[in-house]
Amino acid sequence: MANFIDRRLNSKNKSTVNRQRFIRRYKSQIKKSVSDAINKRGVTDVDTGESISIPKKDMSEPVFHQGSGGVRDRVHPGNDQFSPGDRIKRPPQGGGQGSGQGEASDSGEGEDDFVFSISKDEYLDLLFEDLELPNLEKTQLDKLVEYKTVRSGYCAEGVPSNIDIVKSLQGSIARRIAMTSSKRAQLKACEKELAALEADKHDHIKEVKELKLEIERLKAAIAKVPFIDTFDLRYRNYAKEAVPTSKAVMFCLMDVSGSMDQATKDIAKRFYILLYLFLTRTYKEIDVVYIRHHTQAKEVDEQEFFYSQETGGTIASSALELMVKVMEERYNANDWNIYGAQASDGDNWADDSPLCKKIMLEKILPKARYFSYIEITQRAHQTLWHQYQDVADQCGYFAMRHIRSVEDIYPVFRELFKKGEQSAA
Amino acid sequence: MTKRKPLDDSPDWTFEKLDQYQTEIARVAAHYRLDTYPNQIEVITAEQMMDAYASVGMPIGYYHWTYGKKFIQTEQTYKRGQMGLAYEIVINSDPCISYLMEENTMTMQALVMAHACYGHNSFFKGNYLFKSWTDASSIIDYLLFAKNYVAECEHKYGIDEVEATLDACHALMNHGVDRYKRPQKISLDEELKRQKEREEYLQSQVNSLWRTLPIKEESADKKRKRFPSEPQENILYFIEKNAPLLKPWQREIVRIVRKISQYFYPQKQTQVMNEGWACLWHYTILNHLYDEGLVTDKFILEFLHSHTNVVAQPEYNSPYYSGINPYALGFNMFMDIRRICENPTDEDKRWFPDIAGSNWLDTVHFAMENFKDESFISQFLSPKIIRDFKLFQIHDDEKNSFIEIGAIHNDTGYQKIRTALSNQYNLSNLEANIQVLEVDINGDRSLTLRYVPHNKVPLAGSKDEVLKHLHYLWQFDVKLVEKKESGEEVEIGRCPPKATPVDKAS
Repeated sequence: MANFIDRRLNSKNKSTVNRQRFIRRYKSQIKKSVSDAINKRGVTDVDTGESISIPKKDMSEPVFHQGSGGVRDRVHPGNDQFSPGDRIKRPPQGGGQGSGQGEASDSGEGEDDFVFSISKDEYLDLLFEDLELPNLEKTQLDKLVEYKTVRSGYCAEGVPSNIDIVKSLQGSIARRIAMTSSKRAQLKACEKELAALEADKHDHIKEVKELKLEIERLKAAIAKVPFIDTFDLRYRNYAKEAVPTSKAVMFCLMDVSGSMDQATKDIAKRFYILLYLFLTRTYKEIDVVYIRHHTQAKEVDEQEFFYSQETGGTIASSALELMVKVMEERYNANDWNIYGAQASDGDNWADDSPLCKKIMLEKILPKARYFSYIEITQRAHQTLWHQYQDVADQCGYFAMRHIRSVEDIYPVFRELFKKGEQSAA
Repeated sequence: MTKRKPLDDSPDWTFEKLDQYQTEIARVAAHYRLDTYPNQIEVITAEQMMDAYASVGMPIGYYHWTYGKKFIQTEQTYKRGQMGLAYEIVINSDPCISYLMEENTMTMQALVMAHACYGHNSFFKGNYLFKSWTDASSIIDYLLFAKNYVAECEHKYGIDEVEATLDACHALMNHGVDRYKRPQKISLDEELKRQKEREEYLQSQVNSLWRTLPIKEESADKKRKRFPSEPQENILYFIEKNAPLLKPWQREIVRIVRKISQYFYPQKQTQVMNEGWACLWHYTILNHLYDEGLVTDKFILEFLHSHTNVVAQPEYNSPYYSGINPYALGFNMFMDIRRICENPTDEDKRWFPDIAGSNWLDTVHFAMENFKDESFISQFLSPKIIRDFKLFQIHDDEKNSFIEIGAIHNDTGYQKIRTALSNQYNLSNLEANIQVLEVDINGDRSLTLRYVPHNKVPLAGSKDEVLKHLHYLWQFDVKLVEKKESGEEVEIGRCPPKATPVDKAS
């Protein structure tokens, strides 16, 4: 009469499509919420999702229903003090009136926001929607530098260690069956004839003798067929397949001279976070190299990069030189997709700026997939900006933007990686 | 009664134990003449339960954002601990599908099986509303058809288009119910076949309705024939058959939403009875098992604890009060019917001469089969229940600055409270009474709806949004008029709004 079914192992995400529909419908609101969020977000929680809030009235589903007012009679339980005819002041806002049975009306007066969480993936998808990595095409076409060994069937020749025993023995059996079939048929016929002769009442000594000889000859011939032959051997075949490299390295270059205050560094940090998150969507393995500089450049860890105090003048080329050095030592451009992001407040020793341009054009850009420069300042641009502008004019995958405040980061980021338009800077 | 070895009462359930308990429950249920559809009992996780919530209890549903929204809401409130999940969900289908939560203890599973698989299940099979309005054997097929059809439309015409149509239909879902006609029972194959035929037929009908050639009979102009000749309350049905510019697939979607609305209509009208009936049986069946010695003291105490929570009725001034608990009212009324049958007092004999002293099992079955909440209450709410619940009636007239106690649990009040409570469950008083009044077929093709207020209750502000949806389906002007007490009809809404600003003195 009853049938038990264990559904627990079935997929539990039956509502996923509906959920996506919901997000799709409210995309514009959610996107706004997402981009607001990135500006408020701390660095440490780059891996979490985001909590989204949408005003409830934007997503109500209207139905015809009775409003308030008119004449109503309602019954309530638990009378402890009332007698018929008692008059009570009307409680404010319909209090004391359970709205009765039926489904709770979702078009009620509640004006709370509808708050819900989206997963990290949904968050990133929304954050980076319509964005793409510049210069990615080139990476995939030109830089098929990594090879993967893959199985590709069997072949008749090879090294002994690659012998596939099962396949070889299958071949052996097949060959033996094929080569002995006519002899086995003869053997069977002879044995049958022999049995017939022996069953006969008359003697057939000569014939029996001849038959026995024939049978022995056939048996020997069958036994002579070799158990295994080089013809049977099958070797596993391997082929090399080129795969686009999935490794990327991201160079974070930052000016930490006295003129860079913590607020400016924080803005830069947000930009690096975005770039990092963005790269994680494309590459499995990402190395991050932090290079900070004042008059000298130094490779440091994240903590030191963002938080240690330094003073002094600024020579930006030192950082670029260090980057070139690290690239040569550890990150071969054939194996790694190289991305660079430089943040600065624009201060640089004036004589150094042309040098920066030279290093950039000759040593870095030929190897890098992309290099972005952001200048975080309220003031007018200085020499570095102007030099870099020349670079940007010459090179499509060098981009530069000016950021004034935290709110600019996300729009600037989107602009830099806008789909299909390769850096119009 | 022979004492038997009690069933294992350890808290963790296994499928083996579920089956043992189920067998015993089925035996006792049969003893009480509960006639059920075959049971299909599915064990699910909390997440799957949230999925089931989101799809409003439909095992298969077409894709739509509103279900996603419901899911997110459920998930949020559940994760924050603001809401527990139900122990079970049961679907009016044949076989009757019940979902049990994995986290329930063995006792809870037994309670839930008795409640859902025998209580609700026999209600679905026996109650006249369900019998005449829903068809348990074809609902799963129909939902599957609906899901595939909607998916196919999305594929052909794009998600946005389909979504807009569904949104519009959902807004009018409560007005897509036939109250007087019986739906036919047909299988999935037939449904598909007929859908094709309907599609062609409807389109041809619509065309002739809007034929531009003048009809010869000019005298018809004098006595302008109304179309529709009588007001229609099933707005979605009217749209499906008569909307001039709808595409065939849109008509089919209107129909799907209408059908689903129709399927749920009986459930809205039998909440108190349905839950009361299920509570009566989980209570009676498990106590019966206890009397037979099949379940232990430990089991029955845990059961009573949960049961008491379910049928508790907070009082009007309690912070937990949110209206009358249908479980409490229903359970107590059914138990009271049993009491009236078995141990009638003089009062009962006066109030219920026909059932006092009758066979209780016959009587509860009769009550379950032939009533809905409204009529059930007006028939069976006894003075004792009114006293036990200390019910009182509040009369709230907008014109007065006060509200007035109309009746309490005393001799003069019983009848009034019974009537008032019964009306409180009368859907036709609760839902806005809106009908299709007229289509201007000779003029601008505008559609006029009429709202007739009940007890002077006005229509809520959401009407303008709903009119927009209606306009999407009708695609010509849509007007909404309200019939005032004086009998005159005043326009209270219009979509699209008139180009010239209308002064409304209000």
